Amino acid sequence: MSANGKPSSYYGQPVIKEPVWTPEIPIYFFTGGLAGASAGLAQLAELRGNDELARRAWAAALAGVAASPLLLISDLGKPARFLNMLRMFKVTSPMSVGSWILSASGATTAVAAMRAWTGLFPRTGRAAGGAAAALGLPLSTYTAALIANTAVPVWHEARSTLPLVFASGAAASAGAVAVAATPERDAAPARRLALGAAVAELATVELMERRLGKLGEPYRQGAAGRLSKLGKALTLAGAAVVAARAGRSRAAAVTGGALLAAGGLAERFGIFRAGFQSAADPAYVVGPQRERLAGGEARGAARRHASASPA
Amino acid sequence: MGSNMAEQHPVGFQWVMEAKERGAKVMHVDPRFTRTSAMADLHVPIRAGTDIAFLGGIVNHVFEHDAWFREYVRHYTNATAILKPEFRDTEDAAGLFSGWNPEDEAYVIDSWAYNKTEAETAGGKHEQEGDVSGEQAHGAHGFSLRHGRPPDTDDSMEDERCILQIVKRHFSRYTPEMVEEICGCPREKFLQVARWMCENSGRERTSAICYAVGWTQHTTGVQNIRAASIVQLLLGNIGRPGGGILALRGHANIQGSTDIPTLFNILPGYIPMPHPQEQPSLDKFVELNGPKNGAWGQLKAYMVSLLKAWWGAAATEDNEYCFHHLPRISGDHSHYATMLKMLDGGVKGFFAVGQNPTVGSANTKLQRLALSKLDWLVVRDLHETETAAFWHDSPEIEDGELRPEEIGTEVFFMPAAAHTEKDGNFTNTQRLLQWHHKALEPPGDCRSELNWVYHLGRRIREKLAGSDDPRDRAILELTWDYPVKGPHEEPDAEAVLQEIGGRKADGSFVDSYDELADDGSTSCGSWIHAGIYKDGVNQSARKTPGTGQNWIAHEWGWAWPKDVRILYNRASADPDGNPWSERKRYVWWDANEGKWTSLGDSPDFPADKAPDYEPGRRDKGMDAIRGDAPFIVHPDGLGWVFAPSGLVDGPLPAHYEPQESPFRNPLYPQQLSPTRQVFPRPENPYHPPGGEPGAEVFPFVLTTYRLTEHHTAGAMSRTVAYLAELQPELFCEVSPILAELRGLEHGGWATVVSARTAIEARVMVTERVQPLEVQGRPMHLVGLPYHWGNRGLAKGDSANELLPVVLDNNVHISEYKVATCDIRPGRRPRGRERLELVEEYRRRAGVKA
Amino acid sequence: MKLETSAWPDSYGADAKPRVGFFTDTSVCIGCKACEVACKEWNRIPDSPKGFTGNSYDNTVDLGANTWRHVAFVEKRVPVDADGGASLVEAAERGGLVEEAGVNTYQEGDGLRWLMSSDVCKHCTHAACLEVCPTGALFRTEFGTVVVQEDVCNGCGYCVPACPFGVLDRREDDGRVWKCTLCYDRLKDDQEPACAQACPTNSIQFGELAELRARAEGRLAQLTAAGQADARLYLADSDDGIGGGGAFFLLLDDPEVYGLPPDPVDTTRDLGSIWAAAGAAALALGAGLAAAVLGGRG
Repeated sequence: MSANGKPSSYYGQPVIKEPVWTPEIPIYFFTGGLAGASAGLAQLAELRGNDELARRAWAAALAGVAASPLLLISDLGKPARFLNMLRMFKVTSPMSVGSWILSASGATTAVAAMRAWTGLFPRTGRAAGGAAAALGLPLSTYTAALIANTAVPVWHEARSTLPLVFASGAAASAGAVAVAATPERDAAPARRLALGAAVAELATVELMERRLGKLGEPYRQGAAGRLSKLGKALTLAGAAVVAARAGRSRAAAVTGGALLAAGGLAERFGIFRAGFQSAADPAYVVGPQRERLAGGEARGAARRHASASPA
Repeated sequence: MGSNMAEQHPVGFQWVMEAKERGAKVMHVDPRFTRTSAMADLHVPIRAGTDIAFLGGIVNHVFEHDAWFREYVRHYTNATAILKPEFRDTEDAAGLFSGWNPEDEAYVIDSWAYNKTEAETAGGKHEQEGDVSGEQAHGAHGFSLRHGRPPDTDDSMEDERCILQIVKRHFSRYTPEMVEEICGCPREKFLQVARWMCENSGRERTSAICYAVGWTQHTTGVQNIRAASIVQLLLGNIGRPGGGILALRGHANIQGSTDIPTLFNILPGYIPMPHPQEQPSLDKFVELNGPKNGAWGQLKAYMVSLLKAWWGAAATEDNEYCFHHLPRISGDHSHYATMLKMLDGGVKGFFAVGQNPTVGSANTKLQRLALSKLDWLVVRDLHETETAAFWHDSPEIEDGELRPEEIGTEVFFMPAAAHTEKDGNFTNTQRLLQWHHKALEPPGDCRSELNWVYHLGRRIREKLAGSDDPRDRAILELTWDYPVKGPHEEPDAEAVLQEIGGRKADGSFVDSYDELADDGSTSCGSWIHAGIYKDGVNQSARKTPGTGQNWIAHEWGWAWPKDVRILYNRASADPDGNPWSERKRYVWWDANEGKWTSLGDSPDFPADKAPDYEPGRRDKGMDAIRGDAPFIVHPDGLGWVFAPSGLVDGPLPAHYEPQESPFRNPLYPQQLSPTRQVFPRPENPYHPPGGEPGAEVFPFVLTTYRLTEHHTAGAMSRTVAYLAELQPELFCEVSPILAELRGLEHGGWATVVSARTAIEARVMVTERVQPLEVQGRPMHLVGLPYHWGNRGLAKGDSANELLPVVLDNNVHISEYKVATCDIRPGRRPRGRERLELVEEYRRRAGVKA
Repeated sequence: MKLETSAWPDSYGADAKPRVGFFTDTSVCIGCKACEVACKEWNRIPDSPKGFTGNSYDNTVDLGANTWRHVAFVEKRVPVDADGGASLVEAAERGGLVEEAGVNTYQEGDGLRWLMSSDVCKHCTHAACLEVCPTGALFRTEFGTVVVQEDVCNGCGYCVPACPFGVLDRREDDGRVWKCTLCYDRLKDDQEPACAQACPTNSIQFGELAELRARAEGRLAQLTAAGQADARLYLADSDDGIGGGGAFFLLLDDPEVYGLPPDPVDTTRDLGSIWAAAGAAALALGAGLAAAVLGGRG
């Protein structure tokens, strides 16, 4: 422990490295979640015979799966080698698993959307729709697993709640876009989805931040703090508009949907930046580890006594 | 002491670490806590420039506690010799020895000789008189000995005029309290060092001292080492395993460059350069420079062999082997004397070969002003150094003091080959030569020195061919016929080594310098290297791994002379030839075989000379050395606790303050070394000495040093990206207390000022630099690494800008290690403003420039 | 002592070599940085100047894509007994006195500590970087070391935040991730890594991991017996959060003083719960969608 009570550090330098990921990634969290939840929304809407909603949801899903790979490839250090993502299927790597999920989602969503808009591939399209909807669920949540599966304290320590945040965010954005794009009389399920998911999103974010304890500080400081607050505000505003008037007003539907979607995007950016902020401060890495050791929960990596038969 | 081995000799330091692992105590006495101190068992902070006081304190301690090795001292040193009645010590004469001539500002050393002998100072004295001072002939005396010993001795060492008593008296005031007062070392720490050294010396144990330029770069540099010699002789540590005084050498082949010298006043193997008037003939030269006794007794053989190596068939007995072809010393041609003459327009041309004086020499501005007066300058180096670029890129150009169009010097830059691009030797600490094999051809026009010098010589000879001017014969008659090979017509370095190693008349290689003759039948480029090609094998290229031999590792490289690894190793056996102890067995007399034997080294003694051998009155050379006298290069075969000749500044070390110091000398009224060489002129202003008015304007002690990451004046390291990034900028090291005193911010900038100039450096506030209490007040240190210059990848101001030129007159080395300065926060002013700042300081200090 | 990793030696069968690594005994490090330079020269790593940092003699800052050996320097006051009004000199004097027992001090003296340590990739037994790499660029060699194949890596950067030590990073102008290979090419030629060869005091010791671990125990015992109470081994045990390091250390202070994590964990240790949470959230999403669409009117 150093003089000012903070854990000792090496000239205040980070212990782990900040991710090298670029803003394309939080945007991808958004587009991937949008795509995944929209596929489910579309498929279920079709089951209820709500083709208006379904078509628009399929369009949103298609937009999402089309944008996603472009974003991810752009973020790569060597974009030309993007196909190397499919060299193997590795369960220990959410990025590997996710690459496969995204590929399959993309293919199935495209076929399903094509059937919904043009009527082509009637039988394959329906099967594809079912597959896309099913795949959309892990598509929306694996990204949380991805960032939780790192040494970044704010992400790793939130590994149990982060998927719920992403799931509700995905649902909220799917609902929001559908509300904005679908005629009011067909958009009721979308409105229900948007509102319910908005509430869930706010609740799960709160839960996550509380459970993090001291590690939750980045959500209250700096850029991550600002983005997080913005995200909550936009989500709240969007939900309010949707709840109040989206059923009756095109303008309100669009506005509310846009606000809600923006809120989800801002929250993704907030989570992203919080990771960077927690990686940059050695106290967030060393502090919890020292607490673990003090509490006897772990033996740590250092040993002061020589052992005749080391472990 | 006087070194920072872990940082500057990290590869050699591994052996210190290994010794430490086996229980050795490591002590580091240094103004700063360095990377060496971090590995030492004890670090003792010391005021820069006070090492003689510290070492004298150890001598005092040795006597006080009766810890000296009696038998060793009695038999192997000159402590028993009685001095002349005229001799006066610094204790008697206010800090001076007898023989001081204030007009010449030099000592007449006759009164220092042993009683009943006449000391002839030969070369040294004449160098002084001819306005040249420098390396004396090596104990060149013709004094006659009795049974190989000084004629008047007292074996009980109680006579008040015997050397032991003189030395004891000389250091009687160097008490622990005095050490604390002068050096600032906490008494307890000093005593710990003294105790450990004494406990760890004697029959069963030995202690070693390692030093480097922290000792030599002072006006009392040579006496620093003399003080260590006295300590080690009294403790019986010389010539014994684990003992000795190791001069840490090996940077830029510094050792090799004095062995086969690039120095004006010596020939290969430390033979003095002849003088014009006093040595009109070879025999007179030998008479005046060669003692009759000891290894130097064969000077004529060494000289003739050298002349045969250089002039071959042209060197015959009739023309005294071309002795008259040799250049003669006509004055002081050392570096600083040359630069000053250059400054006054007296030098036309200059070669700077792997040398960067505008960064590496003291008072670098003076160096550049001098270079600007040349007609031509040739720089050979790996990069366009600060010296090569002085005419267009320098502080004076930056400040507008000089303009390129006003500088008339024509500068030639010749690219040089790196050590991996040529064959050759490096010579290190321990006099060890290690051959390095060329790994690849040098790129483009880069050439090795050997190539360049050889072809330059060849071209000069071609131009002079057919000349009948007698002066040209010296060049035309040289043996200049080394075989060349490869695309660059590279002379064969091994051929040169063979010439250095020596040949007999039949062309076979000599085994050692004992085989050299004075009748022209042998040739040898350097007598101390004779035998380096023994058996036709390049002995210096041997690389048997350490794992394949014992710790002496005799099959790795080759040491001069005669591949002796521990010099004077006869001293590792007692007068009867038996080891002092089983534990410290190294060399001993095998009575059955009738010869000296070793654990694995070459005995540094005639193989068959019995321990009880006594010379007759007419015996000369090595025959005049007794069987119990290990120091065979001295005419009396003894280790000199007291040096009756050989040095210009005294037979014993005495503490004098550095030229620039905040303090008075508490020991003597004589503040400074009386024989130091000063150059008072406007370009070289000195601060007032300690205690004089104006000295307080520069209240802090300044010291310069090196870092592991960089190399000398930086041409080889600041130009290499991987090294430049390790230490990219010049920084100063100051204690937190000094930082607070002067408002310096860690990581910020500071301006360091002396009467010469002002430079800037980043600030490193660190507790590794401590203020010391000296004479009742705090002494603050400003530390500066000296590697930086304005060229290369890592650029910065040069620390040596701040230093004045003031030299030890034995060897003309300047006092780089200590000066005084002021320090202030912020970057330095530029242009005219910098000059004005320095002017203001000079005015305040009363310095005229 | 459990040296096996997930892919070594099993996946190599007869081609498996003994597991090798580094024991870095920082107590004998003299901070010369020969290791940094030798590594850069051998591996042709671009220079990465950072300027004067003021962090003692460390201007290299940290490990990264262009620094695979990094020497850390820490200057600390060794706690000296409180004695009101002691001058710096007196305190230093007391702190620096060595007991009669003749304790060998390392990197300490004058009441001051100057820790020097050469950091490197730990070649973890449970290597998070390897586990999360989606392209298989990172792999376990026959020597048990962890290497990035630069012809496969597409710079996705996942390994970068996965490493609990902050070793890996992406080279900006290049796009790929680079790190210490334990001189894989030299190992194949039966040579030791460049840094180990260059280190003059044998602070960096290379060899078979089992032997190094045994040697380290001896060294720790020796230092402890000599009174260096702060000496400790770091990453020398198989039951720590990364299963022990292929490169492990003897430190003279807490790991975080050197910038190292005191309890590093391979993140994939928690992969089970991570996937479970993601799966549960996926199902919850499905349920939510169903509720929203299928429940209620329209």
